[in-house]
Amino acid sequence: MNMTELKDKVDLWGTDNNSKTRTSERVAVDISYRAHDYNLAVRDCNLYYSDFQALKNVNMDIAQQEVTAFIGPSGCGKSTFLRIFNRMNDLIEGCRISGDIHIGGQDIYAKDTDVSLLRKNVGMVFQKPNPFPMSIYDNIAYAPRTFGIKKRGELDVIVERSLKQAGLWEETKDRLKKSALGLSGGQQQRLCIARALAAEPKVLLMDEPTSALDPISTGIIEDLISELKAQYTIIIVTHNMQQATRVSDKTAFFLLGEVVEYNKTIEIFSKPKDKRTENYITGRFG
Amino acid sequence: MDIKKSNRKRHLDTLLTATTWTFAVLTLTALMFIVGHILINGVPHLTPSLFEMRWTTENVSMMPSILSTAMMVVITLCLVVPLGMFTSIYLVEYAKKGSRYVKVIRQATEILAGIPSIVYGLFGSLFFVNFMGLGLSLIAGALTLSIMVLPLVIRTTEEALKSVSDGFREGAFALGSGKLRVVFRIVLPSAVPGILAGVILATGRIVGETAALIFTAGTAPNIPQNLYGSVRTLAVHMWSLSGEAFHTNEAYATAVVLLLIVLIINTVAAAIAKALNSGRIK
Repeated sequence: MNMTELKDKVDLWGTDNNSKTRTSERVAVDISYRAHDYNLAVRDCNLYYSDFQALKNVNMDIAQQEVTAFIGPSGCGKSTFLRIFNRMNDLIEGCRISGDIHIGGQDIYAKDTDVSLLRKNVGMVFQKPNPFPMSIYDNIAYAPRTFGIKKRGELDVIVERSLKQAGLWEETKDRLKKSALGLSGGQQQRLCIARALAAEPKVLLMDEPTSALDPISTGIIEDLISELKAQYTIIIVTHNMQQATRVSDKTAFFLLGEVVEYNKTIEIFSKPKDKRTENYITGRFG
Repeated sequence: MDIKKSNRKRHLDTLLTATTWTFAVLTLTALMFIVGHILINGVPHLTPSLFEMRWTTENVSMMPSILSTAMMVVITLCLVVPLGMFTSIYLVEYAKKGSRYVKVIRQATEILAGIPSIVYGLFGSLFFVNFMGLGLSLIAGALTLSIMVLPLVIRTTEEALKSVSDGFREGAFALGSGKLRVVFRIVLPSAVPGILAGVILATGRIVGETAALIFTAGTAPNIPQNLYGSVRTLAVHMWSLSGEAFHTNEAYATAVVLLLIVLIINTVAAAIAKALNSGRIK
């Protein structure tokens, strides 16, 4: 790699770069000195559902091993934005996206991106717990099996480790062969977290993970998030302002597809710079 | 605080309850009457000679027809289930929503579902029996019936696939699965009871079909040597017997057996569906 090339690639990260022009000539960028880096960087991201523009010129840097919360009223684009990181928006017909989205220095929308591998690295937990209708064991083993791990011994290790990470091992170790649908809602959601962790992701996306749960289960999952952040970059979409203050290091406030304010969570909630943020967090609208 | 029900409301309640009860009892009576009529007229005539392996004009045995029916069901299902299932998988999982191709397939299946079976019989007779030269045969009958029940299989499978929660699909995609794995590991297993229900319905129609078969499979009363031999399924057998006027009693006896077969199919299907479900939910 000569210096001009290097400069070119480094420039991808510059905020002042006219990166829009690059969208047509995307290449997978492997910046070796960032190989173990799982920062997320978004430049000039616009997203459309057919004619409706759901995201408007979003720019954001998310540091690894931090918890970032996305808040905002329903329909403001926060979930949509979350889903660009594992390309779940690909599944929606009529969804178009422009701009640069990088994880660990790699353009995840590059032509030669293997979306399966991307999703292995960027795990997701959904609003409604969605364990598969199979045993607890098979749920956790699903992703490792997808990626070719078939040996019983290896799978046993992964299942135990993942369940322990999600704090579900003690409750389920005697019933691994039982259906996951027999678990309570909170347990199901922790199972989904364990299932995502079994794929050994670097980033964990959580789309309102506790909105369908009771306060006790919510507390358990919030504690879990705080524990997991040592190893993972976590982004959590939440409607619960207290939750954002409890679990996140940084908070982004979305409104009508734009990021109104993005700052340290303490700053956002103690002295918001934007009037709209203040109105929202004090409950005056949304 | 006046929370008493008004008289008008009370009368209306009574009237509606009475109406629903009356109609439910009426339906039940009609069903019981049919079943009772068949049993009373049929059971006394169930003689061992009706179950001899070879049909003769003397014994008018239905055993060959029972076996022919089984063959017809198996062959037809072998043809129609893969075809219908993969079509539905395409329609639900692969086709773009609102694509014109999908609309055409849907409309075609809807039209096909509404056509009387005699029309299929005519088509089968012209196309499979004459044009393709299959003659009145087991295979011509099975091909005709598979076209006839195809819409049913497509419809029920489609419904079964659609009823699988999108949360499962999303979850599986989010774990890095490809489409194929999502469809075969997550969606299809969850849809099996629904698909099975469709297959049972299809089996019911095959077992009960006469018009389409008379023109395509013929009425030869014994077990065919091969796929190209003419056969007579139980329903056709019954039709032949009742048409011959001398064998009304045997026709009733056949009806009893038909009834029993349908009962067995339903019970087995329910058992399979239950076993599949509990196998997954131990």
